[in-house]
Amino acid sequence: MIGRLRTPRNRELVNLLLVAAITVSGFLAVFVARDNAVSTVSLTYAGLFLAPYAAAHLFLRVVLPAADPYLLPCAALLSAIGEIEIYRIDPVLARTQSLWVGVGIVVLVVVVRLFDDPRRLEALRYTAGVAAVLLLLATVVLGTSVNGARLWIRVGSFQIQPGEFAKVLLVVFMAGYLRVNGEVLTHPTRRVLRVGIPALRHVVPLVALWGAALVLLVAVNDFGSSLLYYAVFLAMLYVATGRPLYVGGGIAAATVGGAAAVRGAAHVRERIDTWIDPWRTARGSGYQIIQSLYSIADGGVFGSGFGRGFVLIGHDTVIPAASTDFIYSVIATETGLAGAAGLLLVYLVVVFRGLKIASVADDTFTKLLAAGLAFALGFQAFVIVAGVTKLLPLTGITLPFVSYGGSSVVANFGLLGLLLCASARANRLEGRG
Amino acid sequence: MNARIGRLLLALALAYVVLIATTSYWQLWAAPSLDARRDNPRLVFRQLAIDRGRILSSDGRILAESVGHTANGRTIYRRRYPSGSLASAVVGYASIGASEAGVERAQDDVLSGASLNLGDGPGLIGTLAGRTVRGDDVVLTLSARLQEAATRALRRTHHRGAVVAIEPSTGRVLAMVTLPTFDPNLVDNGFATLLSRRDGVLLNRATQGLYPPGSTFKVVTAAAALDGGTITADTTFPGGSCITVFRPLCNASGEVAPNPNSLADALVQSYNTTFARVGQQVGRSALYDELLRFGFGSLPPFDYPTAQMTSSGVYTAPGRLAGRGTQLDVARVAIGQGGLLVTPLQMAEVVAAIANGGTMMAPHIVDRIRDRSGRLVVATVPQSLGRAVSATTAATLTAIMRRVVDEGTGQAAQLGGLEVAGKTGTAQTARRGLNDAWFIAFAPASAPRIAVAVVVEDTTDYGGVIAAPVARDVIRELLGGG
Repeated sequence: MIGRLRTPRNRELVNLLLVAAITVSGFLAVFVARDNAVSTVSLTYAGLFLAPYAAAHLFLRVVLPAADPYLLPCAALLSAIGEIEIYRIDPVLARTQSLWVGVGIVVLVVVVRLFDDPRRLEALRYTAGVAAVLLLLATVVLGTSVNGARLWIRVGSFQIQPGEFAKVLLVVFMAGYLRVNGEVLTHPTRRVLRVGIPALRHVVPLVALWGAALVLLVAVNDFGSSLLYYAVFLAMLYVATGRPLYVGGGIAAATVGGAAAVRGAAHVRERIDTWIDPWRTARGSGYQIIQSLYSIADGGVFGSGFGRGFVLIGHDTVIPAASTDFIYSVIATETGLAGAAGLLLVYLVVVFRGLKIASVADDTFTKLLAAGLAFALGFQAFVIVAGVTKLLPLTGITLPFVSYGGSSVVANFGLLGLLLCASARANRLEGRG
Repeated sequence: MNARIGRLLLALALAYVVLIATTSYWQLWAAPSLDARRDNPRLVFRQLAIDRGRILSSDGRILAESVGHTANGRTIYRRRYPSGSLASAVVGYASIGASEAGVERAQDDVLSGASLNLGDGPGLIGTLAGRTVRGDDVVLTLSARLQEAATRALRRTHHRGAVVAIEPSTGRVLAMVTLPTFDPNLVDNGFATLLSRRDGVLLNRATQGLYPPGSTFKVVTAAAALDGGTITADTTFPGGSCITVFRPLCNASGEVAPNPNSLADALVQSYNTTFARVGQQVGRSALYDELLRFGFGSLPPFDYPTAQMTSSGVYTAPGRLAGRGTQLDVARVAIGQGGLLVTPLQMAEVVAAIANGGTMMAPHIVDRIRDRSGRLVVATVPQSLGRAVSATTAATLTAIMRRVVDEGTGQAAQLGGLEVAGKTGTAQTARRGLNDAWFIAFAPASAPRIAVAVVVEDTTDYGGVIAAPVARDVIRELLGGG
């Protein structure tokens, strides 16, 4: 009897209820801090935010009962923490964000409906790859510039960040491509200086599409995405072929390219200088990262509590772009080291579940797809957190599920949908609950 | 392929461990130094959230207070100085972004509530919870009435300068004037302008200004001579207008000292020639010891920011004080020249010690600290710094200084019905023809209640002419008399 109750969906429900409790108390905390009063409005916000997850849970119960029970609650927890902080910064933004979470859930549902057997995607690999490059090309041609980086396309009153979607599409392309050509790349027949080099025709499509993507990203100064795409490319190549040559060569090429960029391009050099000593330009390019470090330091071990940190001066945030790129710093202020480390562990859980799905899957495409998606998500979070903690030079990229931004939220729910599909298939095959 | 996926997980897990380590570094290790950085906006925010205590004069005048106004559920406090420039050098300022000075700085812990125990009030925990921290009030020994009188009297000279008035028996600083001065209400928005002014308005001349003491120092020389035992007030010395010590050393205005003249007469008439001889007779070592007993050579033990005080003494180079072994031109030091530079506070301490029968009292500006409901938190207990001169010497000097005012160079300080004791001083400055004019005094001579030091910068007048009336007005304000 007990055993029957331990189905993946029941576990998911329990996890989601935990997240709901955190969400409600978080919104309450912000409300109490702001108005010194408990108000039903805060519960309304929490409810509004949680409703899509309830719907997604019910949908998965019916359509994908065997899917991984931790992914959705993790995404819910991440977006709940993000939503609470966004609400704390600006309630109007929070309303928009919860709308995007709703849209994201819809996209998740659609993805699950279409690709409950993820192998169906393999046939679409070139479509996905070309679509990704076209999306990035559109950014270059039609993009509007924000903070020196051209990442957005204006459609009516919306701003779309195509890079977030291209990321998922490129992983799909790569998984499909490597499924077909992986063997040739692993055991090339041609040898140059006793090192196996695959024939050109097996390499050209891969390098052409990824190369185009990287060139387009560099063209719009989107260094965060460039780094992310490149890392995903190398990681998937490694998983597919197991050849250190590709990874080593890739890292060497990136180092040479990076060094050349630092020497050649003034704005890249400025970025590196700011990274090394932001206080030299404390009122200019160093300002953001300095404020970020001050905020993180302010949090201490347990933080100020939701809604009580030094986040706003009047209606302006202390750190510019606090709700997007620097949301991690705000979380570190209000929840301290405990909360920040907890947040990172949630990402690690997602990565772990994603890679577990990859290892359980019985077909190469699903393996590569799940591994690529999980890595992309985990590495994206790494890049931005490393940026705002001055571990790496700062690059503008969203913290998945947490940062404010429709494109990011929607694309990552699409990514989550694909992971759920992959897990359901793997779990069904393994024949366990 | 699963082994590679495992390695991918390991790589990402390691990367995340580094992220957690980096975050820990900032939050635990680097946090205190980041928190203390001047450009950290939290500093301003924290200051603004504090309801700083008031600073009051001994006669109840509010010199500094915090005024709160509430916006968005948060109360922000701004510092106001209702008495403007009245005692601005003493009170100082607590400005957002322009640091602190004066009592605002010296008593910052008290005023900002930082010295409160956690058990006593909201303290740090309260700040974190968004509650207002209320600092305690500081009541000064300074009398606003006397301060006004001293300012008025010094202003009348139309020169820069300083006045320090001390209660000899306790060391209470009753007035401390420095001119020109500033309005601390302007510090928040006009600090750069105040800083860039050439006349040094932010300088507290009373504690930082170094002036040659001129003939006022003869009191110290006489004290060393009388304490030494071989010279008495009646010991006589040869007369004349000049003697030669390396080069001619003459009396003021070419005056000829009678032959012979006594130590007492020489102090009353301020003969340089006699005191140069006295100095030589006392000797370098004894004179140096006397300087130390009066507190020269180190910062005064005054409850005021050390950054705003300067040591008095013989300077061999800018910023370098002579030590025990340093060769001094003892004849010129004895008449208040020869590299000797003093602050008005130091000279006030000297004259207060003589007034107090030879015992130095630590000068202090804070009388007591009260909490916001008016309850006494702590009161300053007058503290003796030990004997500078013997009681007999102090009595002898008092008698001679009475004569200075009655019949000597300090007659401008006479107040009908009041026994005023004093000594004039006129020190040549580097600017040709201009003097720093001094007067040190106390009254009533038999039971002194006030000791005053006055310096007037860059004047063509003698101390007895321009500085003595200032001291007289300050004494009159406290003690009355014609």
